[in-house]
Amino acid sequence: MIDTIPLHRKYAGCLLLIAFGLALAATAHAKDSGKVFVSSEKDAALTVIDAKTMAVTGVIKTCKRPRHMKLIEGNTKLMVACSDSSKADIIDIASGKSVARIAFGDDPEVFDLSLDGKTAYLSAEDEGALTVVDVATGKSLKSIPVGKEPEGVLTSPDGKRVYVTSEVANMIHVVDPAAGTVLKNIAVGKRPRRMVLAADGAELWVTNELGSSISIVSTKDLNVIDTIKFEIKGMRADDISPVGIALAPDGKTAYVALGRANHVAWVDVASRKLTNTVLVGKRAWYVALTRDGSRMFVANGLSDDVTVVDVAAVKALKSIPVGRVPYGVVIDD
Amino acid sequence: MTDSLRSGRGIACGLLLSLTATLAQAAPLLIGVITRADDDRLEPKRVELAYLGQPGGPLRSGIDVAIAESQFELDAAKLQVKVEAVEAATADEAKAQAARFEKAGAAALVTDLPTAWTQAAAAATKLPLLNAGNADNLLREQGCRANLFHTLPSERMFSDALAQTLIARKWSRVLLLTGPEPEDVARAAVVQASIKRYGLKLVAQRPFKMSADPRERDMANPLLLTGNTDYDAVWVVDTDGEFARALPYRTALPRPVVGNGGLMAEAWAPRFERFGAPQLAKRFQKAQQRPMTGIDWAAWQAGKAIIQAALAAPPTKLMQTLNGADFALDGFKGSRLSFRPWDRQLRQPLLMSDGQGVISLAPVEGILHPKNVLDTLGADAPEKLCKATS
Repeated sequence: MIDTIPLHRKYAGCLLLIAFGLALAATAHAKDSGKVFVSSEKDAALTVIDAKTMAVTGVIKTCKRPRHMKLIEGNTKLMVACSDSSKADIIDIASGKSVARIAFGDDPEVFDLSLDGKTAYLSAEDEGALTVVDVATGKSLKSIPVGKEPEGVLTSPDGKRVYVTSEVANMIHVVDPAAGTVLKNIAVGKRPRRMVLAADGAELWVTNELGSSISIVSTKDLNVIDTIKFEIKGMRADDISPVGIALAPDGKTAYVALGRANHVAWVDVASRKLTNTVLVGKRAWYVALTRDGSRMFVANGLSDDVTVVDVAAVKALKSIPVGRVPYGVVIDD
Repeated sequence: MTDSLRSGRGIACGLLLSLTATLAQAAPLLIGVITRADDDRLEPKRVELAYLGQPGGPLRSGIDVAIAESQFELDAAKLQVKVEAVEAATADEAKAQAARFEKAGAAALVTDLPTAWTQAAAAATKLPLLNAGNADNLLREQGCRANLFHTLPSERMFSDALAQTLIARKWSRVLLLTGPEPEDVARAAVVQASIKRYGLKLVAQRPFKMSADPRERDMANPLLLTGNTDYDAVWVVDTDGEFARALPYRTALPRPVVGNGGLMAEAWAPRFERFGAPQLAKRFQKAQQRPMTGIDWAAWQAGKAIIQAALAAPPTKLMQTLNGADFALDGFKGSRLSFRPWDRQLRQPLLMSDGQGVISLAPVEGILHPKNVLDTLGADAPEKLCKATS
């Protein structure tokens, strides 16, 4: 069951379980293929990389303009949202083959799932709506209007809220998926993109691509409690365009891809201070971590490669050429 | 006067009445749009030819799209936006319209008017006037005003962008062909300055003329116009566009054409694929049933600037907000855009297009600037060309 839960919730779950003194090992991951999947917007394909050797081991054909991906069904399958096909491709990880294609709203970009994995919430870029889709049938159940160009989608750990960013309205919409209504609109920075839950779920961190910042929203009060502005020596504010964000397994550090500044930044969650930066590729915009948090895979949208970073050493190990316009990274380890 | 008000006042009033019934609290934010009456550029036959850099439809289209895409934020703030578009046939009429809009409580004006008319309109009001259709440098230099903003790039920004592109390709020897219109002469001078600024070499400048008269063939035949000298690129200045459009592939030497034909610097290109641009292009196409041109983009951006400023601070402080050091706009061109404090020109990247796709962007990689690389396009602060400070 836990395997179908998105990473951020898994971490929240981990923390909770550790707090209760329970071991989580028994619920572990079914396959652990060691594969890294990278979606290429221009190729209708995913590049497969071996997480350990950092070598490309294959290419999987998929639907058109694959973007956001998630592991589902106990990490046995990969769900891929294809914007141009308006479909989700379900890929069997063991065989590397597509096993199903479901209708997936209109121009889907980012999605998240309900806690039971049966419902998908996806940002329909063109429509300006959060579309609710039944995963089994691909049927659109609801379309909830939000600001134009919705992007990031994140289900809350209790499954009762879905957070959606709108790039044009510069807001986070807090959506009640059951009622199909927007509970609150929270104005954040310019062009908000992706989100993670930090501080044991008490804070929602959202990257503002053109605001060169992170807005921190209290999930209790649903208001912005702080803004982390990136001011980095040797980089111009206008080049710092944060998009991708991921949290370390211990929840202490957030890793942020700084877009055209071509770096990944380390931000200490407690102090909200920048601690490190590492040079990666051009327009770094997606970050994924291995389960142990030791390695980071960064998709570089303008140099068609993925940079592997050694987190402890704060050092880029290798940049691996992938398909055209890499969008997202999923690691099955 | 009444004649020049023909475009849609009745509809706007009707709309207003129906809206006031449902939402009575705040007065709507009025955006006044002033364009030229009997605009030759909008003759249906001309629009069909779809010359790059020229308008493709009414100026208010872009503003309407800006309002529609901001509806969610406007509703949340309970702010209504109303557009009233009028036409002016003379500079005096433009002036009267601007004054009338101010009296009617408009928050800002958006215009596409000839240079002298723009100046007259801006002088007649304290409202911010956003120029979305006139690229004349004069409006950013000696003719600038404290309330005059520009979302359309200046002539100099367009020519700097092309000059940067040529120097990046190492196509440094330029043959300049210029048209017979007064605008062509003025614009050729701007091009020459860009050629000089970026260290390109002007091989020769030759006037062209649209003619089939054998006695004028030296000025009309592309082979003769581009013969007897060597160059890396032909830069054609043709405000009308008919000659320039047919110049590529007709030069004596196999060399690229840039300027008003071949590769052109644009504020917008409808098939630009980066930075979320396809979404904006699609929204515009869907709403207006035509592709989004550079002037449409400038009108859209003007609408967005006004809405964003009105949402950020009381509409009475619109000018201050637009001039604010941290006021930044998202133009779907990948960079944070803002008004330059020295001439209130919106700094922005330009798209190099052949009319099919976007070939490259300017500023080109490798061109540096001490503060903001976008300020390598157009007049920079130290030149102090605009004396009217905000």
